Amino acid sequence: MTESPSISPVGTRRPSLKMMLLQLRAYIALIVLVILFALLSPAFLTSGNLIILTKQVAINAILGIGMTFVILSGGIDLSVGSIVGLCGMVAGWLINEGLILPMFGVSVFFNVWIVILLTLVMGVVVGVVNGVLVTRLRVAPFIATLGTLYVARGAGLLISDGATFANLVGHASLGNTGFPVLGSGTLLGLPYPIWVMVLFAVVAAFVARKTPFGRQVYAVGGNEKAAGLSGVRTNRVKLLTYMISGLCAAMVGLIIASQLVAAHPATGETFELNAIAVVVLGGTSLMGGRGTVGGTIIGAFVIGVLVNGMVLLGVSEFWQIVIKGTVIVLAVVVDQWQQRMQQKALVQD
Amino acid sequence: MTRIADIAPLPKPILRAEQIVKQYPGTTALKGVYFNVYPGKVNVLIGENGAGKSTLMKILAGVEQPTSGRRLLRSEAIEIASPRDGLAHGIGIIYQELSLFPNLSVSENIFMAREMVSGVGVVRHKAQDDITRQLMTRLEQPIAPRTLVEDLRIGQQQLVEIARALAEDVSILIMDEPTSALSNAEADILLRIIAELTAQGVAIVYISHKLDECLQIGDVFTVLRDGHLIAEAPAHEVDLAWIVEKMSGRSAEGMFHKQVRVTGEPVLEVENLSLPRAHGGGFLVDDVSFTLQVGEIVGIYGLMGAGRTELLECLFGMQPNARGSIRLGGRPIDNLRIDQRIRAGLALVPEDRQLLGLVQNLSVSKNITLASLKRFIQGLALSRKQERQEVQRLIEALAIKVADARQPITTLSGGNQQKVVIAKSLLTQPTVLMMDEPTRGIDVGAKSDIFNIMNDLADEGLGVLFVSSELKEVVAMADRALVMARGRLVATFAGDAITEQNLADASVSVPSANPPERP
Repeated sequence: MTESPSISPVGTRRPSLKMMLLQLRAYIALIVLVILFALLSPAFLTSGNLIILTKQVAINAILGIGMTFVILSGGIDLSVGSIVGLCGMVAGWLINEGLILPMFGVSVFFNVWIVILLTLVMGVVVGVVNGVLVTRLRVAPFIATLGTLYVARGAGLLISDGATFANLVGHASLGNTGFPVLGSGTLLGLPYPIWVMVLFAVVAAFVARKTPFGRQVYAVGGNEKAAGLSGVRTNRVKLLTYMISGLCAAMVGLIIASQLVAAHPATGETFELNAIAVVVLGGTSLMGGRGTVGGTIIGAFVIGVLVNGMVLLGVSEFWQIVIKGTVIVLAVVVDQWQQRMQQKALVQD
Repeated sequence: MTRIADIAPLPKPILRAEQIVKQYPGTTALKGVYFNVYPGKVNVLIGENGAGKSTLMKILAGVEQPTSGRRLLRSEAIEIASPRDGLAHGIGIIYQELSLFPNLSVSENIFMAREMVSGVGVVRHKAQDDITRQLMTRLEQPIAPRTLVEDLRIGQQQLVEIARALAEDVSILIMDEPTSALSNAEADILLRIIAELTAQGVAIVYISHKLDECLQIGDVFTVLRDGHLIAEAPAHEVDLAWIVEKMSGRSAEGMFHKQVRVTGEPVLEVENLSLPRAHGGGFLVDDVSFTLQVGEIVGIYGLMGAGRTELLECLFGMQPNARGSIRLGGRPIDNLRIDQRIRAGLALVPEDRQLLGLVQNLSVSKNITLASLKRFIQGLALSRKQERQEVQRLIEALAIKVADARQPITTLSGGNQQKVVIAKSLLTQPTVLMMDEPTRGIDVGAKSDIFNIMNDLADEGLGVLFVSSELKEVVAMADRALVMARGRLVATFAGDAITEQNLADASVSVPSANPPERP
């Protein structure tokens, strides 16, 4: 056939130190922040503070994991904050008032495990609505999920007419006690929310890297038409990403309601922006097709450490917001820079 | 290698490239290339895909910067930092891929980024429209200046692209595959314009895969191969055999060799397939019936708009409104989704590689396995080892030029990208392989590779159905040729009856009320 390959090898040579530093920049930034705050504030590295910090990180990380799948496939999910609120309310309602069956004139109370399951299903259902709007009705993801952002928030308010479900401890007589354990219980000294984050992260990373579905998510985000012609069921892949996002948001709704032992309909407002921020901070491209779950977790820790450290140092809350925004944009700028460096490095190889 | 000093009676080059080296991730596209552009001449640049033609042109126009090497304009070394800079030096370029704005008008496209502006900063649409009208008259196109580009036929769009270059006052005009989407009549207009320009002393750099066209208009021929200058020669020393030999490094004999094949059972049976137009009456595919046999290569010929691509789209399940019966290996498949048809044994290599064939953010390996992921599942996960083995097997079988299967797909040349798309299709283990313009935008060497692959596959018992708008290709490759016109199947030829004359005549015939072939 044609002549011998004239292509220089790629990926076989060891990357330069500079490239390696750039690739590991999120980790480096995290370590630098940790060292900085440890030096500036003696309270920072105490185990008590680190556990509080990680519990806060867990919220953004779990939301970010779901968001990562949606963004990788080329979509966006603005409704996660409202799903957090709605699902908290659903859990609170099921525990405090039970499922009211008017035709029988009774309320059915469920075991806490069933409550958790039903709440997660609720989150997935909102994800299905998002997915159907995007795939079947061809609404742009931004608009579709903006719509569900409002609808889910309104639905949460309607459940209790705007009131809070307080004291979600259940009754021994109804067999539905134990809900607060999810938020405040510990295993091996670590609170459950941290374990939930670890579990979600491990499963999500496996799904993204090792399964056909994960590969297809990257393909759909890269070139949807070509993926479709390769037999990838693009609509199903996109629908599943919104369902995953809904599930993650429901989990966060449960964790927060359990931590507070109360469900408030306004919970989770603007959480969608934090979720998008940690995803982007973790190096995932909003254009779809590029990014990792691991990056998102690191992104969540960077934001978490930053906020926690600034609080300890007594930085004004208003400055915190300014700095957070600056860091997010800076991360994207460095990411673009790395992309260009990588192109060049490949050339020089 | 021909020494440039040996060439006698040409004028001094207006533009010259010296020792140009260009490296991309994973590839060195140019390895110290020299190139002369002579004023008032048609400078034809030829070479296989991946030889570096387009890269060299982008460097001359300032779109890309060389890794090393010099560019000399009228014997003075210059920097060409951007296309705008190139234009300031009098160098214009018409790109291989259309670079128009479909949502804007013809006139807005022509004056993009150099709008005629009045004193207060308002665009002078009227004045722009007048110039556009003049350009369109010169190109013999009855196109109104305010027509949106997306409403034009693809050939007309290419002429608008050419008009955009003509609106500039250039002394060097680079044309990269300018006729690839033009009809013969439109191509003749372009060739006339080129003659006008050279008479005015403008240097034309002309790249085309249509070698007969190059021979017709070229004054000086330069051949690149594998990032090197192979030869430069004036027209009187050049003929087709010379070009093919220099391009591929081997003689032209045996490029197309048709084998006599014994074909078997019908594998694809199509009956009364129709696709109504989305708007208005009529059919894009009109009551088409044919069969494809095991081990047979069937070529579909027709002019643009004859419904060839749409026919393949119906067969592959991309057109939900298609009606008719399709059986693959005796089993009806017309109600199946694309993924189910793939599993049933149908595969398609689409015409537009970038838009429909490749996922650009994935590696070579991940592109090849994308349609067959189920095969690599072990437990819950994909087996990287199995993937690697299968990918390596295909890379070797199809002679894909790639250093590492994990390389980004975008670092490959067009011919190799096409082979990746074919590899992806073959990995699904099809019984019928459909190929839409399998050699579009591919050089002679890769073309003959792809023909060999098609022959091998047919020998292994695949049914191969391909669409082509090149008569030579259909004549050379097809065991049986179908001709389409206005959505209908108007003729079928087999064996020695497949001649360029027969195909061309049939393609312009008016479809009769009854289709000629009914199995």
